[in-house]
Amino acid sequence: MSNTGTLLEVSGISVSFDGFKAINNLSFAIGPAEMRAIIGPNGAGKTTFMDIVTGKTKPDEGKVLWGELSRNLIGMNEAKIARAGIGRKFQRPTVFEDQTVFENLLMAVKNDRNPLKVLFFRPKFKDLAKVEELAAEIGLSDQLERKSGELSHGQKQWLEIGMLLAQDPKLLLVDEPAAGMTLGEREHTTDILKEAAKTRAVVVVEHDMEFVRRLDCKVTVLHEGSVLAEGSLDHVTQNQDVIDVYLGR
Amino acid sequence: MTMFKKNPSLMVFIALLAIFTLAVTFMSEAYGTGALSTSFVKTLGKTLCLALVAIAMDLVWGYTGILSLGHFAFFGLGGYMIGMWLMYARTEIIVIESMANAPIPPTPSEISDAIGTQIFGVVGSSDFPLIWSFAHSFWAQIALVVLVPGLLALVFGWLAFRSRVTGVYLSILTQAMTLALSLYLFQNDSGLRGNNGLSGLQNLPGADAISQDNISIWFFWASAFALLLTYLIAAFIVSGKFGSVIRGIRDDEARVRFLGYSVEGFKLFVFTLTAVIAAIGGALYYPQAGIINPAEIAPIASIYLAVWVAIGGRGRIYGAVIGAAFVSLVSTYFTGGQAPDISLGFYTIKWVDWWLVFLGLSFVLVTLFAPKGIGGLFDLITDRMSPNRHGVPLGPDKGSLREEEAEK
Repeated sequence: MSNTGTLLEVSGISVSFDGFKAINNLSFAIGPAEMRAIIGPNGAGKTTFMDIVTGKTKPDEGKVLWGELSRNLIGMNEAKIARAGIGRKFQRPTVFEDQTVFENLLMAVKNDRNPLKVLFFRPKFKDLAKVEELAAEIGLSDQLERKSGELSHGQKQWLEIGMLLAQDPKLLLVDEPAAGMTLGEREHTTDILKEAAKTRAVVVVEHDMEFVRRLDCKVTVLHEGSVLAEGSLDHVTQNQDVIDVYLGR
Repeated sequence: MTMFKKNPSLMVFIALLAIFTLAVTFMSEAYGTGALSTSFVKTLGKTLCLALVAIAMDLVWGYTGILSLGHFAFFGLGGYMIGMWLMYARTEIIVIESMANAPIPPTPSEISDAIGTQIFGVVGSSDFPLIWSFAHSFWAQIALVVLVPGLLALVFGWLAFRSRVTGVYLSILTQAMTLALSLYLFQNDSGLRGNNGLSGLQNLPGADAISQDNISIWFFWASAFALLLTYLIAAFIVSGKFGSVIRGIRDDEARVRFLGYSVEGFKLFVFTLTAVIAAIGGALYYPQAGIINPAEIAPIASIYLAVWVAIGGRGRIYGAVIGAAFVSLVSTYFTGGQAPDISLGFYTIKWVDWWLVFLGLSFVLVTLFAPKGIGGLFDLITDRMSPNRHGVPLGPDKGSLREEEAEK
């Protein structure tokens, strides 16, 4: 895979909440098939960064340019940005707990999102095949008819990642996917994310250094709303600034 | 079809409705033994219309999580629209008959003025307001039954959902809408006869020779058919992916947004569709009631609607039907003065006075102790269980399904 060109370019964004600068002149770029880990202490602006890219929060200034045409995403609503190809996984597993694994996945599978089209939608063979394939990938093949509320914490996390993949996004934003997982579950999660990063961009926000090491990718360190260091994990962990603000504590 | 597979109750409902309709027909005064009085047939027909609007309420609240406390306004508007034609057309026939004996044949404008005087004399006017422009045409008014409430819901919903008003604030907005509408209609110059409302709606124009015995059963059939159609449409909507999306909106609308669905678009679709369904219910209800006035769309009516759905069990279509039918029939019994007073010696409980207190109390009790409502009784028979989530609801949103309401 070539990493030429940028898929997402965030340039000079700032946002403050009641005077507190959550993001301060942040610039960041990611290529079309790349894995990137974002680390940083609490309050570094990791989640706010995701909120801005997905349209939940409007920045005070700056641009978020997307895709080959470099469309500015600022001002688009969440649903439009999602349809443009950005998928987001929340920190806490958020799946539709009253619905089955099958229903959750089918809802996420990329199809026309127009209400009328959805009303008369009947799953075609390719949709069902896609659901089966994803379920196999996330290890939930024999749980398709179960209500997702009954799944374990780790299974819910996978289901949400599966729903993300079902949308077939060009960029996946994943917020702390390994939180609360057992060691075995973490390994499985790493495999799913690495596999996904072969064909699309994946941005993982994570606290757990072991997990980041396992992802084996470029790391961006955020601090007080801007980039403190960037490079391989070994490179950034030797950076004195990073040690001072983050690792040293 | 998935619709039948996902709603096993659908066949049972169709069968029960068919049996009920036949039974009432064979006990009616027009086509059967006469065991049921014509006024009771009308009560049953009206009850079916209320069950119909309760399904609309269940779609918008039980499935989409929008606690609209204004859907009875759409019901009333539907009634007003059909009422305008009924009043106009019948008055026209009476006026033309009475003028036929005049030595000089009346001109069209004389006829129109005479109709105006007849209809609006009660509010001290004789001119037709602009909103009566189409009252002479049956088909135009039928179209307005759908268009007026539909457009009102579309504009109101667009403004409210676009601003992302949710939860209790949306409920308050819908209450404000229905209050504003009923206050406006109470005014004499609103053009709809103020607090007199529209009356004589049970008399179909040109059908004076036909007895009310027959007309009542025809309306009963029409109401049963409309209820059946509404039930089928609701089952179709909630069974497929659309149902999946709206239940997702009920439990966690932010997540639905990040999946790329326009939450506002879906809410607007459901809100408008259910407003239209409610309006059709109203258009069938008020010719059976015979009269409509602004008190019908008072905010309390829409709250009753939510109470019916809650008592029947929200989030299941048959729950709405059972709730509306049960509560409204029992209400009729207790407020109609038929229920015997209970004498306690020192105090006599008059049901007419105490019924509302009793209803309010049962609403609170159902909400607290039996959130599945009457519909939950079927879960006991079919052995369906609620999940054990230690009190955690099924989503982060205010309207999301509670643990006790969900199925395992």
